[in-house]
Amino acid sequence: MARLTKIKTRAKNGATEVLVLVNHPMETGQRVDPKTKQKIPAHFIQKMTIELNGKPVAVADLGVAISKDPLVGVMINGAKAGDKVKASWTDNKGESGNAETSV
Amino acid sequence: MNVKRRTLLKGTLATGALGLAAAAGILKPARVLAAEWPKNAFEAKTVDEALKDVYGAGQATQSKDITIKAPIQAENGAVVPISVETKLPNVESIGIMVKENATPLIATVALSNGAAGYFSARMKMAKTSDVNVYVKSGGKLYSATQQIKVTVGGCGG
Amino acid sequence: MKKILIGLAALGIVNLAPVAVHASPESDLKQFQDHFKKKFPDVPFDEYANGLYALNPVYRAQWESYNEFPPFEIGLEEGKKMWEKPFKNGKTFASCFKNGGAKIAQHYPYWDEQTKMVRTAELDLNDCLKRNGESEFTNLDKDQKARVQLAQLAAYFYTLSKGERVKIDLSKPGAVDAYEKGKKYYWARRGQLNFACSHCHVDLAGKNLGGNQPLSAGLGHPVGWPAQRLEWGRLETLHQRYATCNKQVRAQPLKHNGEEYRDLQLYETYMSTGLPLTAPAMRN
Repeated sequence: MARLTKIKTRAKNGATEVLVLVNHPMETGQRVDPKTKQKIPAHFIQKMTIELNGKPVAVADLGVAISKDPLVGVMINGAKAGDKVKASWTDNKGESGNAETSV
Repeated sequence: MNVKRRTLLKGTLATGALGLAAAAGILKPARVLAAEWPKNAFEAKTVDEALKDVYGAGQATQSKDITIKAPIQAENGAVVPISVETKLPNVESIGIMVKENATPLIATVALSNGAAGYFSARMKMAKTSDVNVYVKSGGKLYSATQQIKVTVGGCGG
Repeated sequence: MKKILIGLAALGIVNLAPVAVHASPESDLKQFQDHFKKKFPDVPFDEYANGLYALNPVYRAQWESYNEFPPFEIGLEEGKKMWEKPFKNGKTFASCFKNGGAKIAQHYPYWDEQTKMVRTAELDLNDCLKRNGESEFTNLDKDQKARVQLAQLAAYFYTLSKGERVKIDLSKPGAVDAYEKGKKYYWARRGQLNFACSHCHVDLAGKNLGGNQPLSAGLGHPVGWPAQRLEWGRLETLHQRYATCNKQVRAQPLKHNGEEYRDLQLYETYMSTGLPLTAPAMRN
């Protein structure tokens, strides 16, 4: 089942802020499992793309130091009500997810 | 054509594993492959190394037109909110690095098509550190910095 | 630990005399709420619903940041799914509660005359599962997954009453006895550190213990729960917080939904009478 990805937009300072929240462990690969005593393998979102009406406006490269259940925010100029905003991501294990909303 | 792709296409057309291949990114056009995740930059152990890997050679110029919104004292090092905003024109990319993290590069974002000079995220910090933000504007690299204090301990339960 | 003891000595810990046993809950309430109003005259009453952030401006700005898109929304979505999914018999959780579960959480926990015990939302949710032939969330003390799922479900239940002001009914026989037990627990010293809840949350409310443990006021404590602590990165039950708090003073943690924690929750919630529910909330 796909990990939950949530997206929302809001007007801010004359532009449109896009906020994306993803259910993702963002494991650094350094944490030791207290039961197995082994390091939990790194598992993190590497790329997140945000599109406005199908055109990429932001392509983020993320590392393990982004917090668990990552939040990413960008701002778009000139977006109009009804414009489609989409966020899609992929992680180092090949998992992916996306979410869409309208301004 | 990329050898990998040629071999895979031959193979997958026979076995019907195109879907899997597409998901694995092997069938992406070359220009997208070029924009793959910058492994070296994220594994660099110093700011200077990471800077070179992300932005190439050259120095960043301190700029007052970059605003960092981040706490002076983080409530919890696992979830430190940070936003970068800039008045600089034609912003191509924004990057964030935490000097004292084992691997300083936190994130970079390429901006285009109407994106404003703005990026926000929540990040992990191992300890008190300077946080450097970089903005590529009009082909030139600018930077700003702020210290964020991280106190470990207290009665964590 | 040494840091904390030194900190306390430096702060000159004052033990507020516990309220006389024969006072009424109403007079207890006035005394409790007046204490904070006097101690922090510039803090508006409703702000106490925000836990430590009512008293800590340094962290409040960050808290407002997280609230722009709080991480608990992920767990809350899970809770919503659970709430809406029909049982095998076709019914849903809404059928177990008055008003379909909306605008009733401000009366929790409550004294149940029939079973002669304080009932929490978590207990009623589990009971709903049982009555409809579904398996309950069990082993809450040890099974984090089950407990977190129950916390997510309870969190969603509380959102159906968001903003409603706490109003606890102590009029039924037995209710005041349970309230008194909870009150006694709150003001009694325990653990190797020999603290009572009141030491940190009445005497030292607003102070930063050991450098990075900002102390919330007891007033308003339960209204943000189930909550997501930055420390845990997941939604959790109030009783989980009680258990870890017990451990912090080196006291024996007690059972989830056991009598002590239920009575304590009754007392704490009654002391928050009039405050708006904000659950789920981000906490430290």
